[in-house]
Amino acid sequence: MTFQMTKGMRAALMAGVAGLALGAASASAETLRWARVGDALTLDPHSQNEGPTHTLNHHIYETLVGRNVDGTLEARLATDWEIDPEDDTVWVFTIREGVTFHEGQELTPEDVAFSLDRARTTPSGMAALHAAVEEVTTDGNTVRVKLSGPAPLYVQNLTNTFIMSKAWAEEHGVEAAPNFAAGEEAHSIRNTNGTGPYMLVSRDPEVRTVLRVFEGHWDEAPEVTEIIYTPISEAATRVAALLSGEVDLVQDVPVQDIARLEQTDGVRVVRGPENRNIFFSYDMTSETLASANVDDNPFAKPEVREALALAIDRDAIQQVVMRGESQPSAAPLPPFVNGWTEEMHEYSQPDYERAGELIREAGYENGFSVDLHCPNDRYLNDEAICQALVGMLGRINVSVNLVSQTRSLHFPLIENWETDFYLLGWGVPTFDSQYVFDFLVHSREGAYGAFNGTRYSNAELDAKIESLATMTDLEARDGVIAEIWEQVMEDRIFLNVHNQMLAYAMRDGINLDVHPENQPRMWSVTFD
Amino acid sequence: MLAFIIRRLFQSVIVMLAVALVSFSLFRFVGDPIASMVGQETTLAERAALRDALGLNDPFLVQFWSFVARAAQGDFGISYRLQQPVMELILSRLPATLELAMISGIFAFLFGVGFGVYTALKRRGWLSNAIMTVSLIGVSLPTFLIGVLLIWVFAVELQMLPSFGRGDVVPVGDWWRTGLLTQSGRMSLILPAITLGLYQMTLIMRLVRAEMLEVLRTDYIKFARARGLTNRAVNFGHALKNTMVPVITITGLQLGSIIAFSIITETVFQWPGVGALFIRSVQFVDVPVMAAYLMLIALIFVVINLIVDLLYYAVDPRLRVSRSHARH
Repeated sequence: MTFQMTKGMRAALMAGVAGLALGAASASAETLRWARVGDALTLDPHSQNEGPTHTLNHHIYETLVGRNVDGTLEARLATDWEIDPEDDTVWVFTIREGVTFHEGQELTPEDVAFSLDRARTTPSGMAALHAAVEEVTTDGNTVRVKLSGPAPLYVQNLTNTFIMSKAWAEEHGVEAAPNFAAGEEAHSIRNTNGTGPYMLVSRDPEVRTVLRVFEGHWDEAPEVTEIIYTPISEAATRVAALLSGEVDLVQDVPVQDIARLEQTDGVRVVRGPENRNIFFSYDMTSETLASANVDDNPFAKPEVREALALAIDRDAIQQVVMRGESQPSAAPLPPFVNGWTEEMHEYSQPDYERAGELIREAGYENGFSVDLHCPNDRYLNDEAICQALVGMLGRINVSVNLVSQTRSLHFPLIENWETDFYLLGWGVPTFDSQYVFDFLVHSREGAYGAFNGTRYSNAELDAKIESLATMTDLEARDGVIAEIWEQVMEDRIFLNVHNQMLAYAMRDGINLDVHPENQPRMWSVTFD
Repeated sequence: MLAFIIRRLFQSVIVMLAVALVSFSLFRFVGDPIASMVGQETTLAERAALRDALGLNDPFLVQFWSFVARAAQGDFGISYRLQQPVMELILSRLPATLELAMISGIFAFLFGVGFGVYTALKRRGWLSNAIMTVSLIGVSLPTFLIGVLLIWVFAVELQMLPSFGRGDVVPVGDWWRTGLLTQSGRMSLILPAITLGLYQMTLIMRLVRAEMLEVLRTDYIKFARARGLTNRAVNFGHALKNTMVPVITITGLQLGSIIAFSIITETVFQWPGVGALFIRSVQFVDVPVMAAYLMLIALIFVVINLIVDLLYYAVDPRLRVSRSHARH
């Protein structure tokens, strides 16, 4: 009781003080001090395919097309894009005119062709997204991308492929993305020359990066004229820095602090769905499980998979573990991705009695035990979600032994098929279901199925998935997507938990929307 | 003398090799660096190729040998995470850590000795009791909590001091950037220095207090008082001086651990030093940085021990006669 009162008084005092300081700080409205958990790994535009790296680079470099906060595409350096009416294997991009790089070079279609070639050549981290590209050519003010077959969704792969100056790259010997396997350090890692709305002023990796507005940018001038980007890895320190007025915007807000920050004067929190689903999956194909105490594979039995679906209490996880910050759903697909339907989203309420019966019907009179592998530093409250599931499955006599560990130990287990039961999160950067099928549902062969830890293999489904890549009739294609989803949901390949939510906290007077790919754009910030 | 130094140097090299071997064998349990180096679209074949190119598939001894051979030439490779030469990365972060360690060492020494003397002289005063109690809390609370607590009080509630970072830094010489010469740099140092130095301060304080109490009971202090010397001359001129020998030894040795254990403090305060670099590298399985950091810490301890040994040798004539049994 006493403790409660003290806490309340402290919060009130803190809010008052914070309010005063924040009010004083808003005079210098054009500088935005932005903090998040980690830094960009590199400033090279193609070296790493990683979220925080892209987020920072989007301010310096630009892509042909961008991703709006509602998930649709917007014109950036390309003013128009279409599939060549005469050849459905060619994408044609019309390049914006009058665009200059920070160092003054004019943007040409040659620069675009050069950048696309650089991005698709190893050791670029972006190569996988451009694997189907055969040749990039220029024609007047257009760039033509020839693909190995019809690729109706190729343009969706371009939202993080940045355009750089060919002349600049040649001048500094960075015609190819840096090859860190060979132990090279390249000029482009710490120096930039993009067309983006901000120029790099200084960079001290993991300490501070300062960007200043680029006067020669083609688009409307942003309200934020200077960005000071500071990684703060410790959650408590990050929140303290916002409350003390030392930063204006915190991107990675710890879930447990959201409610308190919302009640703090002078601070506002915006939230929105992230493009990332969290789900459990299991080896449903092998004869036996390495970690189970029974001599067959329980997950291979539909009754057991149905029992798991009936035992997971998604609402409880949302309320208790996520403190309301998630969107529970039955299908591992964020709502804005092509192929999502209301029907897939619907989830049943837990029915432990029926679930227990199903386990017995499957022949496990005394239940069974199995290991569950879980990362503890990758997704929001990942370990706590797994712990919650352990309790829920305990009620239907499935005794789960939780193994939670760091991500660099967790993900190789899925890659090497060394786990029977695991947690995984999946984002869909192309905003199309095909991406989910390619990596999670298709049998593992070649470029397919890299994260298919279920060993699920269905030749008929594989053929359908492969056909998606080249279907140009989008309506027919959506039909096939729906068919595949139906099968996937029927076979219960995924035990989905929820879609993650994102929250940004900022001082009052700043307006910024949550970006579904967690790539907030500071040039879109407005001040009250 | 020369033979002794050579022998000690030889032993130091063996210690360094042992550290390299132990840390290298630990890296196998940290996880797979590839997972954090490539995007999720990378195919399994490409992952395998990268693993091969980095030499991660080589047998343990081959990896170890190539690391030692290159490290001997000062080449620690390139960071998997930041893609910069490891040596350059560590050197750019080292000044922050050394400045923090130095300031918190000075803080711990001055306040430790001051409080120690005070509590020894005024054993029953309420202030002494207060200091002793608070210092007990200081050693029992984890560093992490102390740091967060200080941030809440001084940064969020009182808004007196910055909660994170190093403030503005100015270059001194080629690669040393100091925060000591700017106002914001000095302000930023206060909280982390206290957090890092609190434990050492308590240690020194308790050591000084115990030694003082011991010395104050000896005959020569009683004799000094009998001679009618002032309290000041007795307490500081005679008593304190004789308690300082072990205190200085301990302080010197603790300096090494302040540098090595600044990891938590640096993480809490987002202090851009080698400790924070190490933690991020562990999360990312950045093996080259981890290896170089551990070697650096080993080197610091080895050098401190070497100096201590050499000082003993200079001070203690018996060591020059007898054959040295390795002492640490």
